[in-house]
Amino acid sequence: MSVFIIRRLMQAVLVVWIMSLLVFVGVNIVGDPVDMLINPEADQAEIERVIKELGLDRPIHEQYWFFVANALKGDLGNSFIFNQPALKLILQRMPATFELAIVSLLMAIVIGIPLGVYAGLKPDSKISKTVMATSILGFSLPSFWVGLMMIMVFAVMLGWLPSFGRGDTVPLFGIEVSFLTWDGLRHLFLPALNLALFNISLVIRLTRAGTREVVHQDYIKFARAKGLSQNRIIFVHLMKNIMIPVVTVLGLEFGGLIAFSVVTETIFSWPGMGKLIIDALQNLDRPVVVAYLMIIVVLFVVINLVVDILYSILDPRVRLQDLKG
Amino acid sequence: MYLNKTLYATMLAAAMSLPASALMAADLTVGMNAEPSAIDPHYHNLGPNNAMAQNIFNRLIEQDDKQRLLPGLATSWKAIDDLTWEFKLRKGVKFHDGTPFTADDVIFTMERAVNVPNSPASFVTYIKGKTASKIDDYTIQFKTERPYPLMPQDISNVPIVSKKHGTGATTADYNSGKAAIGTGPFKFVKWVPGDVIELTKNADYWGDKTEWDNVTIKPIKSGPGRVAALLAGDVDFIDDVPPTDISRLKKEANIQLSQGISNRVIYLHMDQFREDSPFITANDGSKIKNPLLDNRVRLAISKAINRELIVERVMEGVAVPAGQLLPEGFFGVSPNMKPEKYDPAGAKKLLAEAGLPDGFKMTIHGPNDRYINDAKIAEAIAQMLTAIGIKTTPITMPKAVYFKRASRGGPDNSPEFSFVLVGWGSGTGEASSPLKSLLHTYDKAKGFGAANRGRHSNVEADKLIEEALATVDDKKRSDLLIKATELAVGQRLGIIPLHYQVNTWAARKGIVYKARTDERTTLHLVSSTK
Repeated sequence: MSVFIIRRLMQAVLVVWIMSLLVFVGVNIVGDPVDMLINPEADQAEIERVIKELGLDRPIHEQYWFFVANALKGDLGNSFIFNQPALKLILQRMPATFELAIVSLLMAIVIGIPLGVYAGLKPDSKISKTVMATSILGFSLPSFWVGLMMIMVFAVMLGWLPSFGRGDTVPLFGIEVSFLTWDGLRHLFLPALNLALFNISLVIRLTRAGTREVVHQDYIKFARAKGLSQNRIIFVHLMKNIMIPVVTVLGLEFGGLIAFSVVTETIFSWPGMGKLIIDALQNLDRPVVVAYLMIIVVLFVVINLVVDILYSILDPRVRLQDLKG
Repeated sequence: MYLNKTLYATMLAAAMSLPASALMAADLTVGMNAEPSAIDPHYHNLGPNNAMAQNIFNRLIEQDDKQRLLPGLATSWKAIDDLTWEFKLRKGVKFHDGTPFTADDVIFTMERAVNVPNSPASFVTYIKGKTASKIDDYTIQFKTERPYPLMPQDISNVPIVSKKHGTGATTADYNSGKAAIGTGPFKFVKWVPGDVIELTKNADYWGDKTEWDNVTIKPIKSGPGRVAALLAGDVDFIDDVPPTDISRLKKEANIQLSQGISNRVIYLHMDQFREDSPFITANDGSKIKNPLLDNRVRLAISKAINRELIVERVMEGVAVPAGQLLPEGFFGVSPNMKPEKYDPAGAKKLLAEAGLPDGFKMTIHGPNDRYINDAKIAEAIAQMLTAIGIKTTPITMPKAVYFKRASRGGPDNSPEFSFVLVGWGSGTGEASSPLKSLLHTYDKAKGFGAANRGRHSNVEADKLIEEALATVDDKKRSDLLIKATELAVGQRLGIIPLHYQVNTWAARKGIVYKARTDERTTLHLVSSTK
C-alpha cells in the first residue's frame, strides 16, 4: 500500500511541475495586464511605471524562475488587481465553492442513485422511461441556459427562491458556511441544483447500467433463492457491486464540479472561486489565474489518489495486484 | 389544488408586500456590474473604484451628473495668477469619527495619493506638477510650474482622506474599514469581496443627506442576472442594463428606467504613420501605399458609415450618432460639427479621386467585451465599407488581448493594427482629454498622445491643444479646444467618431436616479418618490 502511495505521489509532483510550466507560460504570452489596470487617461510614463512595478519588463524565464522560487516558499504571488496574495484571495472564496460543490454532489447521489436503481430494476415501467428520457436533457442542455431558466421560473415568475448570491452565513469550525441557515439554504438550492443536473443524469445512467448488469448475476439469483429480503439484496449485494464505477466517476466529477462551477457561479453571482477566476481571466490578473490553476491541478491529483485508495478498499483485487506489482 | 392556489396567493401577497416594507426601513439593495478592487480610494484610479469612493469620501470639487464642477470640500477656488490656485475649504465638516476636516487632511491626501505601494493605476495623473501648501486651516494653494487650467478638473478626481486615520495606513487597512473614514454621505460597514459591500448613512453629512439608512451593494456581473434579480425583487436598483433587455423592462409596470448619454465616444482610429500598413493590401493581395494617409480616403470611410443605422439596429436605439469627441453640453464642444451624413455615392467619388476607384482590402480590429455591442459594430462597419469597395474583414478579440496589440503590439512598441474600433470617456468632462490623448502627436517626453493608436499627427492641431492646456481663461480655452477639434477631427479626420454610448439604469417603481454622463452610480443621489 505504501509503495503504491509513494509512487503515486512522485507522479503527482511531476504532473504539478509540468502544469506549472504550461500554465505560467500560457498565461504570460497572452495580452498585457497593464492595459486592463491603468486608467485610460494615464500617460506613457505612468504606463511604464506600472509595467516595471509588476515586473512585466523582465524576460519570461526570469519571471518563471521568480515564481517557482516563491511558490516553493508557499507564496504564489500577489494579485495585480487586489495587491493581496493570490493564494489568500482564492482560499477566501474556497469555502463558498466547496459548499456548492458538496451540496450538488450530495444531490447527485441522493437523487441519482435511487432513480438509477429503480430504473435498473424495473426498466420497462413508465416512470423508468420518463427518468431516462429526462436524464438525456440533463446531459445535453447547456448549464448556463438551464441556470437562467431556473432563475426566470423560480425567482422571477414564482418568486419562491432568491435569484442570486449567497445567503446568511454562520461560522462552523472557523469557516463561514451558509447551509446551516434557512436563508443560506434558500440561496443554495438553485445554484446547487443547476450544478448537479449533469451529475444527476450521469449517476442515474451509471447506476442503471450497473444494476441491469448485476441483477442477472448468479450471486443475486442465489441470494434470491436463499430467501433473502429484497432490501438486503438491493442494499448489500447489489449496491456494493455497482458502486465502483459510481465512486470513480463522482470522485473525478467532484474535481470537475469545483473547477467548472465557473458558469454556475457567474450566473448566480455566487461569491466563490469560479467567479474570481473569471474576473481574473478577463482582467489578466495572472498571479490569480496561475495560482488557481495550480490549486485545481493539486486538487485533481489528490482526488485521484483518494479514489485509488477507496478502490482498494472496495475491491480487494486492486490491493493484491499492487502488492504483486 | 385548492390548497395549492391559496398557497400561491399567499406567497404572491408576501412577495408583493416585500418592497413596501423595504421602503419603510429605507434600505436600498443595489446590483452592480463592476466591483471595486479596494476600498482604499487612492489605490486604483479606475472607474469602479472611483465610483465607490464617492460614497464614502468627498473631493474638494465634485462633479454633477453632467460632469460640471460643484463645490465639494472646497467652497470656492480661483487662479490667483497663472501659476497659483487658491482653494477655500468648507468649515464645520467632520469625518465619520467626528474629527474635523482641515487643510492638513488635504496636504496629507496629496502626498498619500501618489505613494500607494503597488498601485496598479495611480493618481499621479491628476496630482503631478502640483505643489500643495497650507495657508491657514481652511485655505490651500496649489502651485504649478507652467500655467495649468485643468487644476479644478484634476482636483475633482482626488478623494480626500483623513490624516489621522490615513497616516501609515495600508490599502488593507482601508479594505477592513479601519482607515476607511471619510467625510462622504455614507459610512463604510463591510466588504466581502465578490459578495457584498455594506454602507450606512452618515447622519452628520454636511451636504444633502441621503434618504437611505443602509445600502447593500451586490456585485452581479452577469447582465441577465442583474435584470432577473431586479425583476425578482431581490434588488431595488441595477446599473448597466444590457441593451437587449431594455425594451422588455420598458413594458414592466413595476420597473422604471433611467437613461442618459455618456461621455464615451466610440470611434475609429486609422493608421496614419506607416507607408506600408500591415493590414491593408490592394484587391489582389499585393502591397499598396497605405491609402489611409490620404484625407479623401478617410473622409470616404466616414461617409460610407451609416451611423443612424448602427444606432438603430446594432445599438437597439440606445446610442446617439457622433460628429465629434464629446456630446453637446460638454466643455470645448464645437457647435458646428454634426455627424457625417451617410453618402455612399460621395464616398465612392472620393475614393475615385484618390486614385482607388476599385477600393482596396483592409481589416478592422475591435474588442468584443469592452464596449456595448462592440463586435457587432465592427461587423456592421466592415459591411458598410465593403459596400463602397473597401473590402473589409472584421476581427474581434477579448479586450485583454486587444488593447495591448492595438497600443503596442507591433515592432518597437508601435500599434499593430491598421484600422481599429475604440472608445474614449472623458474623465475631466471636457474636450481637452480626448484631444490630448487621442489626437495630439505621440510624444512620450510630454506625455501626449498616449492613446493615439493611429499616430495621427498635425503640427497645427498640436499647437492649439498645447495652447489650450496652458490657457487658464475658460472662454479662451473653450475656443481653442473647439478650433483644435474642428481641425483635427473635422478637417483632418484624425479619428472618425461613430456614436456616443447611452447608459441605462433600472429600478423598481418608486426609486429614481438621474443618469450620469460619467457612467457612475452615485448612491446618495438615488432617491425614492415616496
